[in-house]
Amino acid sequence: MESARPIEPQAAQALQQPQTGEGRRRAASLLARATRLELEKAWALLPKQPAVKPVRGPETGLVMVRGRIGGGGTPFNLGEATVTRATIMLDSGTAGHAHALGTDREKARLAAIFDALSQEADSHAFVERELLGPVAARIATEDKVKAEEAAATRVDFFTMVRGDN
Amino acid sequence: MYVAVKGGEAAINNAHRLLADRRRGDRSLPSITIEQVVEQLGLSVDRVMAEASLYDRSLAALAVRQSRGDLIEAIFLLRAYRTTLPRFGSSVPIDTANMTIERRVSATYKDMPGGQLLGPTFDYTHRLLDPSLLTDEEVDVAARRPEGEDAMMRISDILAHEGLIEPDSAPDDGEPAGDLTREPMEFPMNRDLRLQALARGDEGFLLALGYSTQRGYGRNHPFVGEIRIGEVEVELDVPELGFAVSLGTIRITECQMVNQFKGSSKAPPQFTRGYGLVFGQSERKAMSMSLVDRALRAGELGEDVTAPAQDEEFVISHADNVQATGFVEHLKLPHYVDFQAELGLVRKMRADIEKARNESMDNKEAAE
Repeated sequence: MESARPIEPQAAQALQQPQTGEGRRRAASLLARATRLELEKAWALLPKQPAVKPVRGPETGLVMVRGRIGGGGTPFNLGEATVTRATIMLDSGTAGHAHALGTDREKARLAAIFDALSQEADSHAFVERELLGPVAARIATEDKVKAEEAAATRVDFFTMVRGDN
Repeated sequence: MYVAVKGGEAAINNAHRLLADRRRGDRSLPSITIEQVVEQLGLSVDRVMAEASLYDRSLAALAVRQSRGDLIEAIFLLRAYRTTLPRFGSSVPIDTANMTIERRVSATYKDMPGGQLLGPTFDYTHRLLDPSLLTDEEVDVAARRPEGEDAMMRISDILAHEGLIEPDSAPDDGEPAGDLTREPMEFPMNRDLRLQALARGDEGFLLALGYSTQRGYGRNHPFVGEIRIGEVEVELDVPELGFAVSLGTIRITECQMVNQFKGSSKAPPQFTRGYGLVFGQSERKAMSMSLVDRALRAGELGEDVTAPAQDEEFVISHADNVQATGFVEHLKLPHYVDFQAELGLVRKMRADIEKARNESMDNKEAAE
């Protein structure tokens, strides 16, 4: 297949842990958009940094970005984007995954660690408070500023009433 | 014919050293950083990403710097880099109806829901050189205003219910889209493959072809239904997780061209559409792409194919500037033996003609 390299049996087991739910999805998407600096800060703040075993990667590859013909029709291949992913396992046995656009391997590794930590009862609140919450707030602020900047360029049409003479 | 020729090694090494020197330029000036290229030459970066068909702003900026600003060389560098990476998979198709909007204009509807947002555009500038950019003057922050309530519907969704405009094809997500990075090109090709080729095609080539349709070579009466620029989320289905995760956002430009169409034996009178979708901010490219996409649908819509922009094989075979520059520029590489052979041939032909002429003269003299 087109996947990078075969995964060791132990890793495959880690990858098959049942992990679903909207919370997990939200965490993954915030971790993908966290900056390396935000991740490093949260790592430094951890009361106890866990022992971490790399399972896969961090490794950089490509994802083919697809669009839709006409915007809503059948998919077509628009072009590729660089993506870096990592899978780690904490010494407690919890696996963490991360995928993010770009080529920053350290960012992917840290994101995978926090993905695992966010699934553990002891560290879930910490990850939410020190990382996911602030990242979500930053993104919301950035999006709001961008939307307001664009809104300032909205055209307010008005009609000129011409005189009869 | 190629033969091994030695002796260029020192010259090549020194040429590359000279290139590095010229690339750095005047050492009394600070060298330009990748971050500066990304932030301040962003549209060059966008063009390189679009035509290299690889979205990565930092790597594209590196390529621009390495190529001394030669964008086709930069595109070549980024294309070469992508061949070194494995592919993890294909994204969930991006949803342009739900992108954040930096710019959105329509030439067909003044009062579309959400309004017309000009965004960071060169339109309406006076195209006068700005002396304030000669120095490092402070630049005002952008103005802000509370955002509107209306959702930014796509023009195609607004017009669809009237039935006067061609709807999107029913999404067929079962069949995998053709991929010209994996399979050799074959003609005729489907629209999905054509759009992939156009999305990575040379902006200048597509601009010229789009322009040719406006000038009458395959005229298709276009209106800009909508152009939108903004950021859209890219999601990937991750089997390990069992759901699609967001990888982050990318900036894209989308153009919906709406074309007047009088109908044919294959389709009733209605507005048809051409589609443009490009990485980064590039509405010139997105507009050109949508004009050419529409022109290339001539056969499907039962129109006569009379102009270059309607000729699929011609357009798609020549749109890729990395292929084009490779073949054009290879002419400068040593062809010594080819040329020697041709030289020998021309000499022989001339000698034969000379000989024939002399013989006929001799015969004439003899006859006299």
